[in-house]
Amino acid sequence: MGQPSVVQLPPPGTQPDFHHPAYVSSIARSPRQSLVMLPYTISERTGPVFGPGVIRAQDNDLTAQHQGEPIGERILVHGRIFDEDGKPVGGALVEVWQANAAGRYRHRMDQHHAPLDPNFTGFGRMMTDDEGYYRFMTIKPGAYPWGNHANAWRPAHIHFSLFGAGILSRLVTQMYFPGDPLQPLDPIFNSIADEKARNRLVSHFDIATTQPNYALAFGFDIVLRGSNQTPFEAVKR
Amino acid sequence: MKLVATGSQTVGPFFSIGFGHLGSLAAAVDSKPVTVHGKVIDGEGESVPDAVLEFWQADPLGNYATASADVSGLAAGFARIATDDDGCFGFSTCRPGAVAFDGIQMQAPHLVVLVFARGLLRHLITRMYLPDEPGNATDPLLQSLPDDRRPTLIARKMSGSADSLHWEVVLQGENETVFFAW
Repeated sequence: MGQPSVVQLPPPGTQPDFHHPAYVSSIARSPRQSLVMLPYTISERTGPVFGPGVIRAQDNDLTAQHQGEPIGERILVHGRIFDEDGKPVGGALVEVWQANAAGRYRHRMDQHHAPLDPNFTGFGRMMTDDEGYYRFMTIKPGAYPWGNHANAWRPAHIHFSLFGAGILSRLVTQMYFPGDPLQPLDPIFNSIADEKARNRLVSHFDIATTQPNYALAFGFDIVLRGSNQTPFEAVKR
Repeated sequence: MKLVATGSQTVGPFFSIGFGHLGSLAAAVDSKPVTVHGKVIDGEGESVPDAVLEFWQADPLGNYATASADVSGLAAGFARIATDDDGCFGFSTCRPGAVAFDGIQMQAPHLVVLVFARGLLRHLITRMYLPDEPGNATDPLLQSLPDDRRPTLIARKMSGSADSLHWEVVLQGENETVFFAW
């Protein structure tokens, strides 16, 4: 075995730049020095492995975490997680968080003049099955204003965090909803320059999975960096 | 079939409604702990109270865990820690062992660190090395860095103790931490 290869970079435009001045918070928080190429060693090839114990009973149903039901449009969100080779990523820990139907987060720093919902926390967790499939029930989050620029509103979105095979497959992203007129105005959504890549953050309405008399369904597939084929290996000194 | 990875988006300011602390490092292995305290600082010298860091490390023998820690389902060798109102974070862990670089060279003990925050559209990837490790002088990655930037990846000893460390993550500006392309 010779020198390790370096970590491959994604196709241009498919990931946001760190410095994206339209998103004001990025200005003082993005590096200015050149990023250093990273060798792909055992430290990068391995990553945390979670067990089913990390999931609690109601973690994949954000409408069932309190005594009553949250206000809002009930939705089922589901999809599959793949690696860059198109192989499903099973056992992937998926975490989601979101605002309530009125566009307010249950967070002390969220001062948006909209009601909190005593029956909604807005956080969920699940693990993909062997086919890389995940699903959770929630309510559709509302849009909300923010201070980035005059009359700035975030389009409705759900935050996603994913752990795949290896620490470099780590991804945090946001899922958006089809037909939202706020998307073209949003500097965070538009930080992904490539139009196709950007639009892959928009879920699709899924009538086939929509549950009659209960909940609309939205589909959202995710591709993680790297290949799931490389088995984990323990290196001894 | 080659697919293009999904685009990253920021964690935003409100992740701590659930996406906060996850697991711990000290609990993973029974050995003498190292305590790390640190701070995340932005390009204006302000502390970053809404950052969350993830740490991934080998055990003291240089083995990366390949299974979850126990029935808790938490990942051995991994912890996620959010900064507090002053931008500070702290944790205890076991001293990681040296791990392979390639078939011949070894890497000095280190932790892989991911940094998430409002304002970061993609997370940052860096590493934290330990001071006084003889392997630092021959670590291929550390030695590939310019002399003036290398110290940003090495934690400093607090009050002379090798078991109590301080490490700052500077997102931008003077003493900007080395971050890696991914």
